[in-house]
Amino acid sequence: MTETTHIPVAKRRLKWGRVLDHSILILGAQFMLVPLLMVLQTTTTTDLETIRNGPEFIIGDQLDDNFRAAMFTASGFSGENTGLRMLANSMILGIGFALGKIVIGMMAAYALVYFRLRFATFAFWLIFTTLLLPLEVRILPSYEIAQRLGLLNTYTGLILPLIASATATFFFRQFFRSVPEELVEAARIDGAGPVKFFIDILVPLSQTMIAAMFIIMFVFGWNQYLWPTMVTTDEGMYTLVRGIKQLTQDLEGTSIPEYGRANMLALIAILPPVLVVIIFQSWFVKGLTESDK
Amino acid sequence: MAQVSLNKIRKVYPNGFEAVKPISFDITDGEFVVLVGPSGCGKSTLLRMVAGLEDISEGALSIGDRNVNHVDPADRDIAMVFQNYALYPHMTVRKNIGYGLKNRKIAAHDIEAKVQAAAKMLNLTDYLDRKPSQLSGGQRQRVAMGRAVVRDPALFLFDEPLSNLDAKLRHQMRIEIKALQRRLGVTSIYVTHDQVEAMTMADRIIVLNNGQIEQIGTPAEIYHRPASTFVASFMGAPPMNLIAAQGHDGRIMVGDMALASNNIIGPVTMGIRPEDVEIGPDCEIPFTVDIVEELGAHRLLHGQVDGQDFTIHVAKDVALSAGPIRMTIKPEAMILFDAQTGLAL
Amino acid sequence: MKRAGFTTRWLPILLLLPQLVIIAVFFYWPAAHAVQSSFYLEDPFGFGSSFVGFDNYTHLAQSSEYARIAKFTLLFTILVTFFSLALALVLAVKADNVIRGAKTYRTLLMWVYAVAPPVAGFIGLLMLNQTWGPLAELAKSVGWDFKLGVNFADTAAAMVLVSVWKQVPVNFIFFLSGLQSIPKSVREAALIDAKSSFRRFWDVTFPLLAPTGFFLLVINITYALFDTFGVVDVLVKGEPGNNPMTLVYKVYVDGFRGNDIGGSSAQSVILMVLVLALTIFQFRLIERRIHYT
Repeated sequence: MTETTHIPVAKRRLKWGRVLDHSILILGAQFMLVPLLMVLQTTTTTDLETIRNGPEFIIGDQLDDNFRAAMFTASGFSGENTGLRMLANSMILGIGFALGKIVIGMMAAYALVYFRLRFATFAFWLIFTTLLLPLEVRILPSYEIAQRLGLLNTYTGLILPLIASATATFFFRQFFRSVPEELVEAARIDGAGPVKFFIDILVPLSQTMIAAMFIIMFVFGWNQYLWPTMVTTDEGMYTLVRGIKQLTQDLEGTSIPEYGRANMLALIAILPPVLVVIIFQSWFVKGLTESDK
Repeated sequence: MAQVSLNKIRKVYPNGFEAVKPISFDITDGEFVVLVGPSGCGKSTLLRMVAGLEDISEGALSIGDRNVNHVDPADRDIAMVFQNYALYPHMTVRKNIGYGLKNRKIAAHDIEAKVQAAAKMLNLTDYLDRKPSQLSGGQRQRVAMGRAVVRDPALFLFDEPLSNLDAKLRHQMRIEIKALQRRLGVTSIYVTHDQVEAMTMADRIIVLNNGQIEQIGTPAEIYHRPASTFVASFMGAPPMNLIAAQGHDGRIMVGDMALASNNIIGPVTMGIRPEDVEIGPDCEIPFTVDIVEELGAHRLLHGQVDGQDFTIHVAKDVALSAGPIRMTIKPEAMILFDAQTGLAL
Repeated sequence: MKRAGFTTRWLPILLLLPQLVIIAVFFYWPAAHAVQSSFYLEDPFGFGSSFVGFDNYTHLAQSSEYARIAKFTLLFTILVTFFSLALALVLAVKADNVIRGAKTYRTLLMWVYAVAPPVAGFIGLLMLNQTWGPLAELAKSVGWDFKLGVNFADTAAAMVLVSVWKQVPVNFIFFLSGLQSIPKSVREAALIDAKSSFRRFWDVTFPLLAPTGFFLLVINITYALFDTFGVVDVLVKGEPGNNPMTLVYKVYVDGFRGNDIGGSSAQSVILMVLVLALTIFQFRLIERRIHYT
């Protein structure tokens, strides 16, 4: 008798704690997820339906129409900022930014870690001071300089100023320093010079780090808002994220706001970086938590 | 094959620290020299200067009659085995072994032949297509050896190559490395802090301390005739017993016991190896056993002579427990050191 | 630097050059430019500028509007930092507890990291839409007539809510990785020493997580100050009016809309000093706190 009463009590205590854990996690997950589901739902219904009933628990049949509207019609005057065009621009920004950062960062980090350089300390401070001031606080003069250099409404002007911070350099410097000393020594005895060592050994060795950095930088570049808002006034140069403001203004002005199209565009702006982060989750988390420490 | 000559080699770091005080010695062709000493004694720095991985501050280094002070590591005709092996993690065993040859622009089929030969010698043939992460510690060690062997160098450099292995494997690899070196007849410099490795592998041992040479000699010389108290206490496990003694009236006194006759006057340090002691009821020196350490093959008695720590090595069948016994020291095994300088008298 | 660094002279300089040129042009030049123009008064009609010393700064110091915005920014920063850290910590501890579904929870709780702030703001607009937004309706059902963009407090609440939603994932990722890096042996020792899981958390887990927490504190303050620009801009629909705004938004509004280059630059410089102070604070904290071992 005593045994049969004992066992259920122990079981129950364990279970309640777990139920609580799961409940909190499910609530948290809902807090994150519900807004997205709402956007998803409204992309499947007509604008009238959305305006009349708000988001509902039904999946409509307008996904295709809304998708076409989002991708191929343009808002604004020039008719150039179709979803497709903005998607392409976002891709160029995301990929260009990530590649630029990685290439420049790896080169600089390699020079700092693997060479005896007289002014290395000075170069180090020059580069790492840039970590201190985000672009937002020097946005106006940056704009003026981009203007003076004729970089407004160009991809160069969009990407280069964003690269002017040392996050990737810092990250690769940390990583290179953790590479065992003996590797470069063995390579030197094996007759590899600085260029050969970099290409034959260091770059292949950094593969995972490069991937992690690429994911983080792609998301970071894709999500830029303030700088693209300032440097691109030409609608053909808009990125999806840059275009969001125009979307909100479109929704304001008209009697039947195009929620289907707008929400579809928002969804297209969300999905690529989100998918990248989800698919390459472990690399992404590794890169993020190791770079900032 | 080559002889190596170090002439007043010195290393001073930019911050003024003198890691290696001027050191000179010659290594004959095919000789296996072990540099041994505690960490920070400059042994690795010295090896790295020979390899060309550190600049030589002063002095001249020649390998096979050629001064190589300013020669690039790749051109010194050396091979080096590192403590952590320094295998290229993204390359297969085959590529790891062949990388140095590839950089020398040797034809691919020649590389393959040499890699195969080295792999066969080291029992790595079945592992050529694996990456280092798929190998055991001992196998990685062999790959590192293979990378050295395949270059057919004039000089092998070993930087504590066995310290990452467990005790059993270390013992096995010790024998393998020595056998390989004998077979190839390549001049070798081997750095270790493990005195057992030094004793078992070396043709000649160089004991370093504080950036300078304490003693150069064969393992037997180093063990039995240490040149200083440092060498006496560093080589051998358990180390040589060192006890404070006084010399007067032609005798060496420990407390009020005369243990030897010598004309030295004043304080000296007396060194006795634990195995150079005999025990028996009729012996003249009282010894107090504190602890009996069982080692299977033999036993160690830890205790005191005249209030000073002392260890005695006895056979496995000597049954004893803590308490007073008596011992005697083989007179020819006693070594006297200057109490101040620590140098042998 | 590595012990056996390469001694080649020209190569490291060549490797560093791209990085140095970019930060010279797009970091040091704009930063210096901002400092310089903060001492000048620009003619609104573009007829040159005149040196005014510290006038721009004294104007700001006396401006009640600037003081009001600074106060709001402070409150906003505190709320966003507190709620996003607290929520993330709870979720991370729970996610670290559960075994079943751990990976799914992790994914569900971190994907929002990849959503751009203005897009988050856009979703906020939808959720709080006055006629059909689900959140607005929820508020209405408890008697809160939510008027986004009209009522100051309501708009401020929306900004905090959206900013927290966007920031929880980053904190969650760092807290979870911090929790997972606590050695198993330490947890097991705690399990033997303390019976209550609450005690174990406060006495062992929480102190070990403190370095991560301090690091995140600075990250979150920086986020609330600067990265929320997109959230603010979209939620006020580009029409600041009487809506709440943060200091960075004010820099943008004055510099771009108001053409008050000098005043805007002075604000930039103030923000630069603020970030510098924060970063120095962070470095000192890291030095003092992070080295438990």
